[in-house]
Amino acid sequence: MSGTKTREKADVVIVGLGWSGSLIAEELTRAGLNVVALERGKWRDTATDFPPAIDMDELRWATRRGMMQPQAVETVTFRNNSEQEALPVREWNCFQFGWNVGGAGTHWAGMTWRFNPWDFEVGSKVRQRYGQAETTPGLQLQDWGITYDELEPYYDRFEKIAGTSGTAGHLNGSIKPHGNPFEGSRSSEYPTPALKDTRWMGMFRETTTAMGYHPFTIPAGNISSEWTNPLGVRMGPCTYCGYCEMFGCGNWSKSSPQACVLPALTGRDNFTILAEAEVLHATLAEDGKTAKGVVFIDANGQRWEQPADIVIFTAYQIDNIRLLLLSKIGKPYDHKTGTGVVGRGYAYQTISGANLFFDDERFNPFIGAGALGVQIDDYNADNFDHAGLGFVGGAGIMAFSTNGRPIGMADSVPQGTPRWGAKWKQAYAKSYQTSATIFNQGTSFAHRDVFADLDPTYTDRHGQPLLRVTFDYNENDRRMAKYTMDKAVEIGKKAGASRIEPFNSAEGANTPYDQRSTHTTGGAVIGADPATSALNRYGQTWDVHNVFVVGASSFPNNGGYNPTATVGALALYCARGIIEKYLDTRGPLVEA
Amino acid sequence: MNRKNEKSALGRRKFLALAPTGAVAAAAGAALLDSETRHDTRLSQDALPPLVADSYLTDAEKALVSAVFDRLIPADDAALGASDAGCVAFLDRQLAGPWGLAATRYRAGPFKPGTPEQGDQSPFTPRERYRSGLKALETRCTKSEGKGFAQIAPERQDAFLQDMEAGRHGPDGKAFFEMMLQNVREGYFADPLYGGNKGMTGWKLVGFPGARYDYRAEIDRPGADLGLAPISLMDRG
Ligand SMILES: Cc1cc2nc3c(=O)[nH]c(=O)nc-3n(C[C@H](O)[C@H](O)[C@H](O)COP(=O)(O)OP(=O)(O)OC[C@H]3O[C@@H](n4cnc5c(N)ncnc54)[C@H](O)[C@@H]3O)c2cc1C
Ligand code: SF4
Repeated sequence: MSGTKTREKADVVIVGLGWSGSLIAEELTRAGLNVVALERGKWRDTATDFPPAIDMDELRWATRRGMMQPQAVETVTFRNNSEQEALPVREWNCFQFGWNVGGAGTHWAGMTWRFNPWDFEVGSKVRQRYGQAETTPGLQLQDWGITYDELEPYYDRFEKIAGTSGTAGHLNGSIKPHGNPFEGSRSSEYPTPALKDTRWMGMFRETTTAMGYHPFTIPAGNISSEWTNPLGVRMGPCTYCGYCEMFGCGNWSKSSPQACVLPALTGRDNFTILAEAEVLHATLAEDGKTAKGVVFIDANGQRWEQPADIVIFTAYQIDNIRLLLLSKIGKPYDHKTGTGVVGRGYAYQTISGANLFFDDERFNPFIGAGALGVQIDDYNADNFDHAGLGFVGGAGIMAFSTNGRPIGMADSVPQGTPRWGAKWKQAYAKSYQTSATIFNQGTSFAHRDVFADLDPTYTDRHGQPLLRVTFDYNENDRRMAKYTMDKAVEIGKKAGASRIEPFNSAEGANTPYDQRSTHTTGGAVIGADPATSALNRYGQTWDVHNVFVVGASSFPNNGGYNPTATVGALALYCARGIIEKYLDTRGPLVEA
Repeated sequence: MNRKNEKSALGRRKFLALAPTGAVAAAAGAALLDSETRHDTRLSQDALPPLVADSYLTDAEKALVSAVFDRLIPADDAALGASDAGCVAFLDRQLAGPWGLAATRYRAGPFKPGTPEQGDQSPFTPRERYRSGLKALETRCTKSEGKGFAQIAPERQDAFLQDMEAGRHGPDGKAFFEMMLQNVREGYFADPLYGGNKGMTGWKLVGFPGARYDYRAEIDRPGADLGLAPISLMDRG
């Protein structure tokens, strides 16, 4: 097929239909707009694609990553610093991209966090409390241009759509028992009660309580009881099946676009999904001030133009940056001069912790759910005094019970044990039941030497440049990881572990094959200053007013939490901005 | 602003004319999904597990893999050894299928060595790794031990594999070792559906109940010996 065909103009075109895209589409179609969503993956749903008859298959979904986007479709190139030549990340790695209608929200774990209020204002808060001198040179600490309190109603809405389970720790200004006392004030309880404890969670809760910390059950998109959400969609309770992260949920119990949003959305006449449709870029009007629509390519290789009055990129973090660069929207970050905004503010998640081995335990690790865990936030965000520590930020220190899948756990034997042979076999038969992990999910701050841009050499299957990621941990993050690692070791000792093996991802150079976290962030961040952000608080690009971008790419820094509830809140906030302001003004929503 | 119903302008049927198979999730063209899609509960075309019955390895290669795998996971009183558990058959089918061809891997050049952090940059597929890796293994073994790998004593086999693991047979030897170790574990612990884990021997070894989907009763018994017999998507024996 040759030539580009043109589809009828839509009010709005949405690029990528995960959580971000489906939440925005729900708001905009309800407001009467005609929305076309383009998604490069396939339609996937509970009954048709991952019912319990085929879902409990570790090899297929976890080892071979049957639901994720293959590197053959798109990958990134990677290097640790700008002196190196970036090379493609060829095999499965930490960038576990979504690849279907529902995006990564179909196979995520479900930890449903609100960021700490401090995370949104690190620039001003750090200066106030510690002064600039305390921080690592090159850090790009800046405020988000929106505060926790402003986002609270949108977090609340997201949780109600998702059916999130949990116990409030800070409700309407007062601290509640059993919840997280460090969280920002909530306007309502969680929609469904907290999940139950496994043996390991109970031990961690008891131990950390005795140590004077404040353990609480992690808020989860594995919902604990039946729930009918504000869109009228009903969910059923989680069965602790242990086939959760990297798998679809066969029980309608995991918060996902399929389980929570699409059933309401797909029934609307003003909503259209085109699946297996990959967007190449947006096209700009001649003056460069507005976009006319997007160009996409279908599964037959046919090119199409989809004209629209509003273009919204919700293609996840990497692809949002890449689409902006390929569409020539916003000034690309220039590492040499430190100017430009697209590709600036890239960050990750800083992980450390400890693997524990007990002499005589029976953890039954197969009883699990993607977000099942207990955490303390005593060393997260700015919840403790950092004076003299040499770093800012911190980590959520958690004990999780996600799964007991035996291929993935096969290295869970004490260090020094051979990885194969009779000794390994005996050791694994024991440690399968007696090992546990304390996992620190830490903050990550942007740094001037870390960025994303288009690769000069390697391309995807359509010949478009891959995104090139230049990343390594900075000194701030390394110190934080070490500090919280030591805390994990103390907890492990108190819990009675006979062997403690600390780990610290930030000890050496970063590699995408260290897959302890999938959470890359930033690169097209929101902010109050166009010199240091690509987007205003609504996710609107500073330069092209009818292009909006939502995803973890929007975060100027990553919190010590998983990203998705914050992404969801930003998506809902963006949609309200479009409906309540943009439709009338058709211009920048914030003065540059 | 265009607020009219787009579907009536470019309707479902009209667009699907581009996709001659007519199915909602048609591979041809872009798949248009609309209000009827959610009522469709038929399994998607690619929903069932990707089972492959073909073979890739030669009989000689299978015998060699078998000898290696049985050192990686030997038989003992607790559970079967790798080859009795079907790990070689498992591997053979995996190699014959899309995994053997590195279907998901990014395979475009240029190919350059890179830093350790940048990971495996080789152009090889698993099929190529096994074919050349087994040949190299056997050649090296015959040279140093005077016999093929399957013919030498178990202690010598272990020493040979330890060298491979430690990188003393070069980076390709090390990469091939890692691939074999990963694959034998997969065969030993994957659902018996894929040809390994015979009688759910791997699951019984560690006490994994397999393809169960509901532990709501069990979570109320933390730390208890639950005595759950495993079940599989296929094998109930
Ligand atoms: C295994 C795993 C576990 C996770 N666990 C958690 C957790 O516990 N808690 C948490 O908060 N987060 C978790 N995450 C992260 C979470 O899944 C994501 O933050 C979230 O799903 C992002 O939603 P999104 O809509 O912004 O992007 P996505 O869900 O990634 O959706 C983007 C969509 O855009 C499509 N797309 C991309 N490029 C194009 C293009 N050019 N044209 C058309 N379509 C395109 C993609 O196919 C994809 O479907 C986890 C992720 C993984 C992989
Ligand atoms: S653990 Fe719960 S939410 Fe996760 S897949 Fe299983 S039933 Fe669904």
